[in-house]
Order: sequence, then structure tokens, then C-alpha cells
Amino acid sequence: MRRITYRDAIREALREAMQKDERVFLMGEDVGRYGGAYACSKGLLDEFGEERIRDTPLSESGFTGAGIGAALGGMRPIVEVMTVNFSLLCLDQIVNNAATLRHMSGGQFSVPVVIRMATGAGRQLAAQHSHSLENWYAHVPGLRVVAPATIADARGMLWSALEDPDPVIMFEHATLYNEEGDIAAEGPWAVDIDRAAVRREGKDATIITYGGSLPKALAAAQTLGEEGVSCEVIDLRTLRPLDTERILSSVANTHRAVIVDEGWRTGSLAGEISAQIMEGAFFELDAPVARVCTAETPIPYARHLEAAALPSVDAIIAAVRRTLRR
Amino acid sequence: MIAFRMPSLGADMENGKLIEWLKEPGDDIKRGDILAVVETVKGAIEIESFDEGVLEKHVATLGQSIPVGETLALIRGIGENSEEVDAGFRAESVSGDGAPKATPAARKRAHEASLDLAGITPGTDGVIGLEQVNAAISTMSEKPDADKTGATTKTKTVKPGLDLTVMRKSIGAAMARSKRDIPHYYVSSPIDCMALTDWLERENEKRSVAERILYAAPLIKAAALALLKTPNLNGFYTDEDFHSASGIHIGVATSLRGGGLIAPALHDADKLSVDNIMTHLRDLVGRVRTGRLRASEMSDPTVTISILGEDTADAVAPVIYPPQVAIIGCGSISKRPWVIDGDIKIRDIITVTVAGDHRVSDGRAAAQFLRHLSNAVQQPEEL
Amino acid sequence: MTEDEIMALARRALFEVAPDLEGESINPDESLRDQFEIDSMDLLNFFIKLHDGTGVDIPEKDYAQLATMSGVVAYLKSRLGAH
Repeated sequence: MRRITYRDAIREALREAMQKDERVFLMGEDVGRYGGAYACSKGLLDEFGEERIRDTPLSESGFTGAGIGAALGGMRPIVEVMTVNFSLLCLDQIVNNAATLRHMSGGQFSVPVVIRMATGAGRQLAAQHSHSLENWYAHVPGLRVVAPATIADARGMLWSALEDPDPVIMFEHATLYNEEGDIAAEGPWAVDIDRAAVRREGKDATIITYGGSLPKALAAAQTLGEEGVSCEVIDLRTLRPLDTERILSSVANTHRAVIVDEGWRTGSLAGEISAQIMEGAFFELDAPVARVCTAETPIPYARHLEAAALPSVDAIIAAVRRTLRR
Repeated sequence: MIAFRMPSLGADMENGKLIEWLKEPGDDIKRGDILAVVETVKGAIEIESFDEGVLEKHVATLGQSIPVGETLALIRGIGENSEEVDAGFRAESVSGDGAPKATPAARKRAHEASLDLAGITPGTDGVIGLEQVNAAISTMSEKPDADKTGATTKTKTVKPGLDLTVMRKSIGAAMARSKRDIPHYYVSSPIDCMALTDWLERENEKRSVAERILYAAPLIKAAALALLKTPNLNGFYTDEDFHSASGIHIGVATSLRGGGLIAPALHDADKLSVDNIMTHLRDLVGRVRTGRLRASEMSDPTVTISILGEDTADAVAPVIYPPQVAIIGCGSISKRPWVIDGDIKIRDIITVTVAGDHRVSDGRAAAQFLRHLSNAVQQPEEL
Repeated sequence: MTEDEIMALARRALFEVAPDLEGESINPDESLRDQFEIDSMDLLNFFIKLHDGTGVDIPEKDYAQLATMSGVVAYLKSRLGAH
């Protein structure tokens, strides 16, 4: 066992991928000399050189498109976009090109690109750097969307994503980078990105979450556990395609579901999961499905307002209690 | 914020239709104020508040059928500030069709256990959940719930707003549950009530027609005094235990033309004079007919008395109305040969039958009650 | 008071005591008890209204004469006539 940060885990995964496969390269704004906006690629430029760690101009559409083109041409590019807010500039490339080409070419073309981006609030970066738009991508067929929430997943998910022949969008919650945790000294690191993970077992209610909300959900489950309420915590891991089976089987056992999603409530991934539960486990429900989402406002800058807008441990606890009708 | 909820006006009530608001948002609410009128299978019932404050808002919609326990209105308590109610889900955020509100999982579990949701007491939020169904399954044999004793059958007239078919169904279901769950015992005695009838005749002769007394009034008073001495017959069996009641609130079974029974409470009958009882009785029966009873009159009875009318039948073996633990059935008074000091005399005889709950008392308690009742009836002027 | 007036008054009194009977046709010779499931309390209230409407005092011993509507009319007519 050794103790590393989420950021270290991402860096190790990048290094491993570069070492394992010559076709892998990283490109994005400030990934080279600066070492990445969140310092994930620090030191990699020296190790792998400018050919494989490429600083790009401030043009998300341009370099993401280049990444997609490289993938079409047989490379295994990793494109880093600073935040999901900025990814809107390359939404056209991702949605209209990366996601469609296998379908439009009758299966002749694969787009094995991995597009990594930071997401989420909590660092006082205000309304243009803090949103959680994972759901926008999870809406699109042709994409796989993953969200490593633990150190081990941060370490292992990149390689699994690169092995997928189709485009994968990988969301790294900005508050997780400094999280520390123990992982095994050595691999294998591969993560089953087809399956959600049960991070805590329980029988009274299921808390379904992903990414940056997982630590909050686990903290809520811990507090509730001390009160005798046993919560199962499911880390979705993959937001598209959803592991519906795991969600439903858990809810069938606990009869209560609380979805924690840092996206805005309206049109949220939480809404989709709630609908799937209703479709697949309606007769098992002992309470309406509860959602803990972000307040419907651009993320505020002021610390106390930002905190008030985001899902909190207290709000999760209250939602679980509501499903228990206590 | 205080929730003003649809009260349970009897173990057989599942929901009521809100037909009138008598208080508007902003109105001061005092304890005992009537806030709304609700139509039930037993007619229109006036619902009182047990809290004080200011009516914040109406939550339920007029004309809707609302399950017992669901919030009708919010009352802002004294010292409480006006506030928005939280926007998360609440049981009352969805309006139903009046069927008992139960979660899908609860329905499934109840179905598997062949349990009727109608017999399950909802949680505090008015919703039947798994917890309630599981509790019902584990105490299936102790489930109290039911209605009244038998009733007249002739269907000639139907009171507007009262669906006698529905009421009959509800009485039927409730009585079936009562007979299933309560181990009834019956103790019966013919009682010489000539002293009472003679006294009544003398009294009524002196009185104008408006001040006359029916024998039901002194009989109820005598029963109330006898109940004071037999507390095991006066109270409720809930949570698998008997809770003796502090007051004696006698439910007076009143039959409706066309069928059906309502037994509203005559509060603190032991403390009222016979004249007072008569006044209350006239008022209660009048309001049963016009359909304007109050919620407390529906929910408060601690025991029920069923007095058959004149020229009907000699005796009645009534069925207990859960969660009460006893019911007193009085046949009609008739002239019978009676042995007094070795001679046969013609006397007015009334046969009184007590049905008791064996989980709470034995026949001895009922026999004592009958003895006390008989003694009280011998001295009507003392009542 | 004419017989018709007394009958009208008695009908009104009955319907006030038992509003659910409003509009029912009344067989004047069938007992009210049997016809309408009238109980002692209803009858007493009925007599009180008859008393209020006519001023006739109705002693308890005469109740039997007022069992039917025609009995009511005949009784009240004779008592009123006696004044």
C-alpha cells in the first residue's frame, strides 16, 4: 500500500499509458510547460518530449478536432480540456463528429479518443469555471462518459478508457485532485468501466452518486449509520451507459433511493436515474425517489453562497430521512 | 408551522371530502374553532382545531377526497414567522383519488400478505409505507378497527350527501374486523325499571312538551355513573394495551333512516344532569339528521350505548366499536310478569346487554356494571 | 285553523324534524313510526313543533292519538276547537 493523491494517480495513469502504447499522446492548453491547469501532467514533458506532450493554442474546437482526427488516423490521443465550461467550445467536435462517425461510416471508423476535463464547483472559481455539465455528454449516444471518484479509479480508469474503441469523456471533479488515499503498490489498475461500484453496503436506503459528490455521500452514510440508518452508496463510475441493473437491484433491496448529483436538478442525470428507477423498480419503492442537486443558479463566487448552492452532507442526510419518512 | 390534518373520525374512516372552509388565510385560530367541513360516509362533519395561531394557508383543495392524516391547512403557531414550505416532496404534494395513499412497495407487500390496505393505519404523514405494512403483518391478529352494531334495514329515504351503500359497506367491513379481532363476551340482565318510568311519567306530566325527557336521558346518566365504578369498560385498546379513559364520553348510537348508524359522543355524561343530557341528546340527534357533527364528537367516544326504540325488540347483543372495549345494548322497555317478594307483579322491564373485550375485562366487570346500573335506575330522582 | 292548515303545519313540522324526508308523500293513516322510521326523539321534536305552531299542549298520555298524520290533524283540530 502507498498513499497518493488523486492528481498523482492521474499522472501515473498518463505516464503508464504513454509507456505502454506509443500511439498515446496528450494535448491541451498548458499541459506541457505549465504541467496542466491542475498539474496532472507535471514533469511529463521532460519525460516524453514535445511530440507526445503537446501544448495547444487556446482553441478547444481546434485541438479537440485534431484529437478526433488523430484517433481516426489510428492514434490514441488524450485531449485535456481545462474545465467542462470550456468544453462547450468543442461541443460541435465531440457531439457532431466524435460521437457520430462510427454510426455514419457504417462501422468503418472508430474514434478512440479520450477527452479529459475538470468539472464541478467548490473552489470559488465562479460561474464560468464551476459547472457540472456531465449530463450534457451523458445524453449523447456514441459517447462513453466516465467519472472516476476514487484514487484507485483515477489510477485505473484512463487505461480502460483508452482501450475503448469509441470516444470516452472523462470527468475529473476539481475538488478531488488533492484527495489522498491508499492504493496498492502495484497494478493491475484496470477498472471495469461497464459497472457501477458499491462503495458502502446498506439496507435502508440507496444513495446513488458519482464523481465529486461521492465523498459527501459517504460522509452522510457514515453519520446516518451512527444513527442506525444503513445506507448503500453506489458510485456510478460510468454515466453513460448507466449501470441500470446495479441501481435497480440495490433499490429493490432498500426500497428507497436518494440521488446526489452536482448538476442542476432540472433535466439532470438525477432525473434520468429517477426515471429509470420508476420504470424498473416502481413496485419496490417505499418513498418517492429523492434528489439532492445543485440550486438552479449559476455557481456563485462567494464562498458561503457557493456552499449553499451545492449538495451538502446535511442535505443528503435530510433527503435520506425523508425517504424513510421519519 | 402546524399542520391541520384530516382527522380520523372513527376506526372505519379512510378519507373525507373537503366541502367547506370556515376560516381563511390570515384568520386567527383559537382552540376549538371550526376550520372546515368535511363530508364522510357519516355525513358532514365540522372539524375543529386543537391548536392556536393564524391560518397560514389552505393546502387541500375544496371538493377533493383527502385521506386521514393528510394536511388540510397550515397554521402558523404563536410566535412563528411566516415561511415558505420546503419544496421537496411531501405526502400532500400529490393529490389522490381518495384511495389510501400507500407506497408501491407497501402495496406489493400487503398484496403478498393478502392484507387489505384499508385496515392499515398510515404513518404520521398519512402514507402507508413498508413499515406500516410490516407492523400490520406482525400484529395481524391484534388489528383494531371497526364500526357499529347492527342497524335498521329498510331503505326508504336517503339523506342528501350520504351514500348509504358506502356506509353499509364501511359498517360491514368494520364489524367484520371487530368480530375477528376482539374476543367479545356478553353479559345480560333484565332490569326492573318501573321506578324510572313512573318517575318519568310524573316529571313529564309537570313539564311542557319542550321540556319533556325521554327515558334514554336518565338511562345514559345511570350508565355513566355505573361506568365510573367499572373503569375497565371505559377506554381504548390500542398498541396492544388497554388505556382507561379519563372522561366518560358515551357514544350514542343513532340510526339513520334508510340504514346506517352514527354514534356521536355525549361528553362527560357522568357530570351532566339528566336535563342537560336530554338537551345535548336532542341537539346531537338533530345534527345527525342534518349532518353537522363535530370531529371531536366522532372521535371521542370512550364507550358506546345502543338504545333500541320503543316497540322494537327485547334485547340486542351489540358489537364493540374498536378501539373501544365495551358497548351497552338496551332493549325496548316492555311490561313483563316479575316476581317481587314472592308475588308476581306487572313491571316495566328493560334488558341490558353488555359486550366486553376479553383482552381487557371479564364478564364479572359487566355483571358489576349491570348491578350498578340497576341500582341507579331504582332511584331516578338521584340521577 | 282549518284541517288543511293544520295538515300543512304538521307536514312542515315533520320535514323540519326530519329534513331528509322533505318531499316524501305521507300516507295519513299509516303510523309515522312505521312509515318513516321515526324514533322517539323525532316524535318528541315533532310534538314540540306542533305545540309551538298551535299553542296546543300535548300531554304524554295523548301521544298514542298522534301516531298517524290523520290522527295528528284530528287531535289538534279537536283541541283547537275546544278553545
